[in-house]
Amino acid sequence: MERKIILENNDIEGIRFLDVYRQNGGYQSVEKALKTMTPDEVVSEVKTSGLRGRGGAGFPTGLKWSFIDKKSNNPRYLVCNADESEPGTFKDRYLMERIPHRLLEGMICSSYALGANTAYIYVRGEYKYIVGILNEAIKECYKNGLLGKNILGSHYDLDIYVHCGAGAYICGEETALLESLEGKRGNPRLKPPFPAVKGLYDCPTVVNNVETLANIGWIVNHGGESFAKIGIGKSTGTKLISACGHINKPGVYEIELGFPVEEFLYSEAYCGGIKNGKELKAVIPGGSSVPILPKELILNTLKGEKRLLSYESLADGGFESGSMLGSGGFIVYDEDDCIVRNTYNFSRFYHHESCGQCSPCREGTSWMDSVLYRIENGNGRMKDIDLLVNIASHIEGNTICPLGDASAWPVAAAIRHFRNEFEFHVEHPDIVRNIKHGSILQYTNK
Amino acid sequence: MSDKQFKHKLYVKKNKEVSFTADTLAKIETVISHYPEGQQKSALIPVLQIAQEELGGSLNVDSMDYVAGLLHITPIEVYEVATFYSQFYLEPVGKYVIEVCQTGPCAICGGEDIMHYLEEKLHIKVGETTEDNLFSLKGVECLGACGSAPVMQVNTEFYEFLNIEKIDEIIATLRNTSELTKPESLSWKERLS
Repeated sequence: MERKIILENNDIEGIRFLDVYRQNGGYQSVEKALKTMTPDEVVSEVKTSGLRGRGGAGFPTGLKWSFIDKKSNNPRYLVCNADESEPGTFKDRYLMERIPHRLLEGMICSSYALGANTAYIYVRGEYKYIVGILNEAIKECYKNGLLGKNILGSHYDLDIYVHCGAGAYICGEETALLESLEGKRGNPRLKPPFPAVKGLYDCPTVVNNVETLANIGWIVNHGGESFAKIGIGKSTGTKLISACGHINKPGVYEIELGFPVEEFLYSEAYCGGIKNGKELKAVIPGGSSVPILPKELILNTLKGEKRLLSYESLADGGFESGSMLGSGGFIVYDEDDCIVRNTYNFSRFYHHESCGQCSPCREGTSWMDSVLYRIENGNGRMKDIDLLVNIASHIEGNTICPLGDASAWPVAAAIRHFRNEFEFHVEHPDIVRNIKHGSILQYTNK
Repeated sequence: MSDKQFKHKLYVKKNKEVSFTADTLAKIETVISHYPEGQQKSALIPVLQIAQEELGGSLNVDSMDYVAGLLHITPIEVYEVATFYSQFYLEPVGKYVIEVCQTGPCAICGGEDIMHYLEEKLHIKVGETTEDNLFSLKGVECLGACGSAPVMQVNTEFYEFLNIEKIDEIIATLRNTSELTKPESLSWKERLS
């Protein structure tokens, strides 16, 4: 069943502009919230909806909002996290490019619920052209009384500004993002205090992902209970999945949570099967940070149940045989892809992106990078494989922010599920050295 | 970040006069007004971006000191930010900075081949600039366009679903025109619309 919340009306021409967006029901939620609801009522609807953060962690949004320090006399802030940098994820870019007003509508309702009069959208530096699109949309809102002083005659004031980053993966972590927004290096902060108590400029702040905020308008319009009916169990609503890798139809798809992975992969309406008629080898279901799963485990859980695109089903079996929904970056590998090369690639990425604040991450990512480099280039030793597992286990859980975990999980999972490929690399240095691209699996079978 | 270190020569102050036009200064004032009073340091990244754009595509000590003065902060606060973020260039770059994505999804779809081809075609290595100062070639991490891999970014424009023919065409166009051309629309966007 096709269910659209965020990408509803996405195919209407000119939906990027305010007049077309409004003709198709846009900004009704703002009228409803500001004129007929109290801020607490909006928060309670969001709580009822069961909406969970779409940036990766999946933390309940309503709960996060309710932590905001109400006793503080400082101004409150809403910050939209549009620093989408997780490899394999490109849904927020698509959303902001196509329907920027969906995000702004959600931000106005959310700011009202939180009692914030200033909100920032932190866009990653690489998406500079998105800044132009958002600024245009914001300008339209000011012109039509949807932003600024006394919005729609409700005596509520709100300003939204776009802030552009300058290329740092770590700024997707909420406290690093706040540091960056304050004009500093993107070094994550120790928590607690959480941003809801001491965030931007030490004021109560809520940081939410683009997709999370884009859901708020619908929830205000239709009520939290209707939202909670969509999806499966505690995974309510829909999710944008960014599908990429070796599939016939890469792109951004909105699915109802609980959609079967197998159907998503092979259905013509979605990924359309594996490219060039090849066999599926593995999938990373939630962006590069989450564990990779081989074919058998991504299609079905260890218990033999069908794997679904939901927070719970993808996590079924823990990290032994499961993974995470994460940010919804669905990366597909075919039979010819080399897992070792891919793991090395991601390790290099995390090494490059580590902010250098915590020793386990700063030293560990660099160490894993160099060990994987030598395995990939035919200079590995058998004990290197266990060494990698060991390094990964010592990074995990020992750093201020989750980048440490994110660098450790992919390495540990790749070795857990594809140890034979790592061993092959060590045992056949000559073959490995001469092959620079693609898989070496074709040689394993000979 | 880890592979970008301040080279010693950058510490040598050239004592060249840096100044912005009245228009640019007005633009900076607007940016500063987006943040609460006393928090003008928040404008640092946007102002450095403006400075980099206005002052020939890269930053040096003189321009960073100038920015520090504009925002009433110490120069070291500017240096530490400029060295942290990968989009601030501390050495001169060409008119067009070609940034090829090297991360996972692009790599399995041929991102590495694209890089090798560009190196051969432009006769430079990654990190270098052509003699005519037209092109700089950089390998970067995920650009957030994995669905249209392999991709590269030239200044602010994305070029997606790359192959050898497309690259030949893009380079030829950039050589022959003075303006950055808008890339063609993406096929997966059309498919969804």
